[in-house]
Amino acid sequence: MKSPLFNRLALAASVMLVGGSACAQVKIAYIDPLSGPFANVGEAGLKGFKEAAEILVNQKGGIMGQKLEFTGFDNKGSPQETQLQLKAAIDQGFRFVTLGNGSGAAHSLIDAVNKWNARNPDKTVLFFNYAAVDPTLTNEKCSFWHFRFDANTEMKMEAISNFMEKDKTIKKLFIIGQDYAHGHQVAKYTKEMLAAKRKDIKIVGEDLHPIGRVKDFAPYIAKIKASGADTVMTGNWGNDLSLLIKAAKDAGLKARFFTYYAGGLGTPQAMGAAGENQVIQLTEWHMNVPTKNTEKFALDFNKKYPGVWFYYLRVNNMVQMVAQAMNTAKSTDPKAVALALEDMRMPVDTGEVWMRKSDHQAMQPLYISIFSKADGKTVKHDSEGTGYGWKTLATISQRDSQLPTSCIMERP
Amino acid sequence: MEFVVISLLNGITYGLLLFMLSSGLTLIFSMMGILNFAHASFYMLGAYFAYQISTWVGFWPGLLVAPLLVGAVGALVERYGLRRAHRFGHVAELLFTFGLAFVVEEVVHLVWGKVAVDYRIPVELDGTLFTLFDTSFPIYKGFMMLISVGMLVALYALLTRTRIGLIIQAALTKPDMVEALGHNVPRIFMLVFGGGTALAGLAGVIGGNAFVTEPGMAAAVGSIVFVIVVVGGLGSLGGAFVASLLIGCIQTFSVGLSISITDVFALVGIALPAGSQVARLTITQMAPVLPYLFMVAILIFRPRGLMGARES
Amino acid sequence: MLVSSRLVTRSRLLLWGGCLALALALPLIFRSSFLISLLCQMGIMVVFSLSYNMLLGQTGLLSFGHAVYYGLGAFATMHTLNALGKDGGPLVVALLPAVGACAGLAGGVVLGYVTTRKAGTTFAMITLGIGELVAACSLMFPGVFGGEGGVSGNRVIGKESFLGFNWGPQVEMYGLIVMWAFVCTVAMFALTQTPLGRMANAVRDNPERAEFVGYDTERVRLLMVILSGMFAGAAGGLTALNYEIVTAETLNAHTSGVVLLMTFVGGIGFFYGPIIGAILITVMQIVVGGMTHAWLLYFGLFFLFMVLKAPGGIASLIAVQRNLWNAGLFGRMLPHYLAMMLPVLILLAGLVGVVELSYALLAGDGVGAGDTATRVLGMQLKLGTPAPWVTALAVTGAGMILTRWIGGRAGTAWNSTLATLHGDKA
Repeated sequence: MKSPLFNRLALAASVMLVGGSACAQVKIAYIDPLSGPFANVGEAGLKGFKEAAEILVNQKGGIMGQKLEFTGFDNKGSPQETQLQLKAAIDQGFRFVTLGNGSGAAHSLIDAVNKWNARNPDKTVLFFNYAAVDPTLTNEKCSFWHFRFDANTEMKMEAISNFMEKDKTIKKLFIIGQDYAHGHQVAKYTKEMLAAKRKDIKIVGEDLHPIGRVKDFAPYIAKIKASGADTVMTGNWGNDLSLLIKAAKDAGLKARFFTYYAGGLGTPQAMGAAGENQVIQLTEWHMNVPTKNTEKFALDFNKKYPGVWFYYLRVNNMVQMVAQAMNTAKSTDPKAVALALEDMRMPVDTGEVWMRKSDHQAMQPLYISIFSKADGKTVKHDSEGTGYGWKTLATISQRDSQLPTSCIMERP
Repeated sequence: MEFVVISLLNGITYGLLLFMLSSGLTLIFSMMGILNFAHASFYMLGAYFAYQISTWVGFWPGLLVAPLLVGAVGALVERYGLRRAHRFGHVAELLFTFGLAFVVEEVVHLVWGKVAVDYRIPVELDGTLFTLFDTSFPIYKGFMMLISVGMLVALYALLTRTRIGLIIQAALTKPDMVEALGHNVPRIFMLVFGGGTALAGLAGVIGGNAFVTEPGMAAAVGSIVFVIVVVGGLGSLGGAFVASLLIGCIQTFSVGLSISITDVFALVGIALPAGSQVARLTITQMAPVLPYLFMVAILIFRPRGLMGARES
Repeated sequence: MLVSSRLVTRSRLLLWGGCLALALALPLIFRSSFLISLLCQMGIMVVFSLSYNMLLGQTGLLSFGHAVYYGLGAFATMHTLNALGKDGGPLVVALLPAVGACAGLAGGVVLGYVTTRKAGTTFAMITLGIGELVAACSLMFPGVFGGEGGVSGNRVIGKESFLGFNWGPQVEMYGLIVMWAFVCTVAMFALTQTPLGRMANAVRDNPERAEFVGYDTERVRLLMVILSGMFAGAAGGLTALNYEIVTAETLNAHTSGVVLLMTFVGGIGFFYGPIIGAILITVMQIVVGGMTHAWLLYFGLFFLFMVLKAPGGIASLIAVQRNLWNAGLFGRMLPHYLAMMLPVLILLAGLVGVVELSYALLAGDGVGAGDTATRVLGMQLKLGTPAPWVTALAVTGAGMILTRWIGGRAGTAWNSTLATLHGDKA
């Protein structure tokens, strides 16, 4: 009794999602939160992909004459909904999916893709991961059908610890993090890597707090202060990071904070002046890295989408690499594309990105930068209109963040 | 010594902020028997209104205008929403506020976007008030404490020393009698609800720039506010005050204590199996969930809360 | 034995059998894998929200932490599935949700003991607190809850099959979910007919009186929490098998909120209410969510509308129509319903237009300048110009006036019909 209405709804949904366009195109399903609390991150990513596809691929002739298109599927940040959206995408003929937010969703998707490909070998699907950084995705749980274009937590820590190795002002380190997988990993790698590289750095404290539940970080700051730490390592993101930095400023804590996620998606705005000369981040790019094309791309992007700030260089890298893989393979078959992506070396604006064959992890140059007042010279551009921008402290070459993998990949 | 003083100071500061948040909720509950799930949403609206006003005319007018605006919104919600839902009982009222919280969050997304807005502390209040053991205490925190205590005093005076306060108190217990005396009870309820939400709005004006003004801020404080009201005793303003300070201090002190659960159990003579995940937990790690544990304990052993007059 | 023989009447058998047959036949109509996955999700949610209604509808307990049992069931099932390794087979896998049910039951015993001391607001608050507590703790113990990545497994074990099924294809999983959902639904319905079910109603309606005639209200509440925890656990077990991954999200406040919405929208006063709610809300979440980014706003407004205008849920609206039908009065209202459709559709179209335009302007595809044409509702519109806004607002206004006008007349007819209906009864 409900079926006609229901069919129509589903049809309407699919028409709206596909856009009803008849011309040949290469379609990639973008499965990320597009509503709810993390929608800003998801929407920024989708806009980045659409813009990158348009400017870097379609305006340069497309993929074998076809246009590259990204279509959003809202997984609401939920691992289960991710699987439903994957099915919806497959039904509509998508053979490529990309996802970045939340390791839970990424684990769910990698499992679902593996099982789908094993159960439907004639309709395989390929998963491009642009931001989920749990190391297990390219180690224990690595898959032939998954490619990661962001450096994982362990590699980022390797880069940071290489930087710390040379910075002799660091004597006492405090580790604070959110009490979940990512926070645990950051703490673990920090301790392991510093023990190998800088035995003289004393780890004066280590705290974990439940994610997103701390309103007032003053007691944590008091503890850090009491420990005499000159440096703080944190994997915090979002409000947990902004509030931590603000509380540090309130209490007059002078330590430097090494962070993973201070660079974008609203954190600079929330942090504001509190982060000046105290917050250090690690990224694959920031606005003040001198580049040939990306600077203009970013400025145009920020102008075109007011309120959204260009953040993900790896989105551009991914789009270019995928397009090139398809052109080289002369095919849009997921398996052929995957084989062409393996071991690909792609010159990009910041150097070279190499997709390692053994675990499908991209290797790329990384930058360590500090939040400083924009001066129009070394800090040419500010971040998110705050008057403060990122100043490069060190460049980590592609080689310096490479780590061995434990991946034993099952190849079709 | 240093640890105790600093922690106490931090605990009281945090506690007073919690009181600001929960006083309006307690007021509404004690007067109308409505547990307002959307209370934190009004807190959020206060912050956003104040941000908007501060971009036009500065912080100080916003301090006055934003809570009044929030109060007006609250009064409208009572008049056109809650009063209708009231006819269907308490569950419907609760669910109405539950749904309202949803809608407010979406509207904030829509109007102000999904990322944090740049709502700053006014320059007059930016700086250090005093330095204690080498830890600075910002002026703004002092200002927050001042407002919070002022709120308690003003509320207390209003309810016990003024005519309108007496009528409100009377309307609570004997609405029919008050009505018979010629007072408009529904309007009193509307005023109370508007007043309670205005208090939440004031907390938002003050808290929004001290912390971060973003669409998730309501959800972040929503549950802790309930903990306070329940622990303090449903409907008791004094209880809410005590509970706020207590929870503020519990949380602050437990962050400072780096002992593990194993040590705690060892104190009472129970040895936990070493290496298990529970044994490795520290009190610091547990700090932010302690209020919930505390609430569950209170509800089991003293269901009407610390100073509550009735049970539900 | 306690179940009265009237429980099994021919018409009832026919109804249940028909529902089962319909549910099993649905994949023949909906062939795409997305729609089958959607049906699976619905089946799970039906069990979950029915279990929730055992508390809210039947015992009058408003819980904000029901997902705890659901999540416990899911994790227990997943860990058992993984522990089985290669020793299990499809038959064992098919029975795994029973493990989830046991976990939910155990959770119900422990937490129910704490929560059911009091009813009313206190109960609601304790469940909120415990829900927060469990959700916060779940991230602290990655060994049990798998941390952020959750725990995953594979429901296809071994090479042999059970009656030709190995549960690999989604359709087979759907069949399994339907069977479980059917068994659970029958069991929950049977429970409403037992003395315990009746006692729960008494405790809901008048606890003092129930106590007075000799029932221990606390014990009745505890039993109901335990049983509802058991069914929630079974639903959780089904989720674990269906998605083959369980994350901490399954037991957090969001999941508890969703089940509350489903149950309430469907109607807490009727056994079949939550079934309607589960189906409707699942469709809304996924299909409407796929169409528009504004779905959360629609969702919230729809919920507020239901609370204010139809607190009995959709089931109560259906029940009233059925009463009218039985009394032969439905024909009197039908023209009014038909007349109402047009203005309501106009009003909705106008409102949707306003909302979608606002989203496109403020939160949509980022074309804030408004000079460029943006796609709204499949049309190319210039948001910077007044034309689309005026149109949308005018349609809304016209819809409002028409609804008022025609609705007023329908209301009069409604009142007189209701009067006749009740008059007949008296």
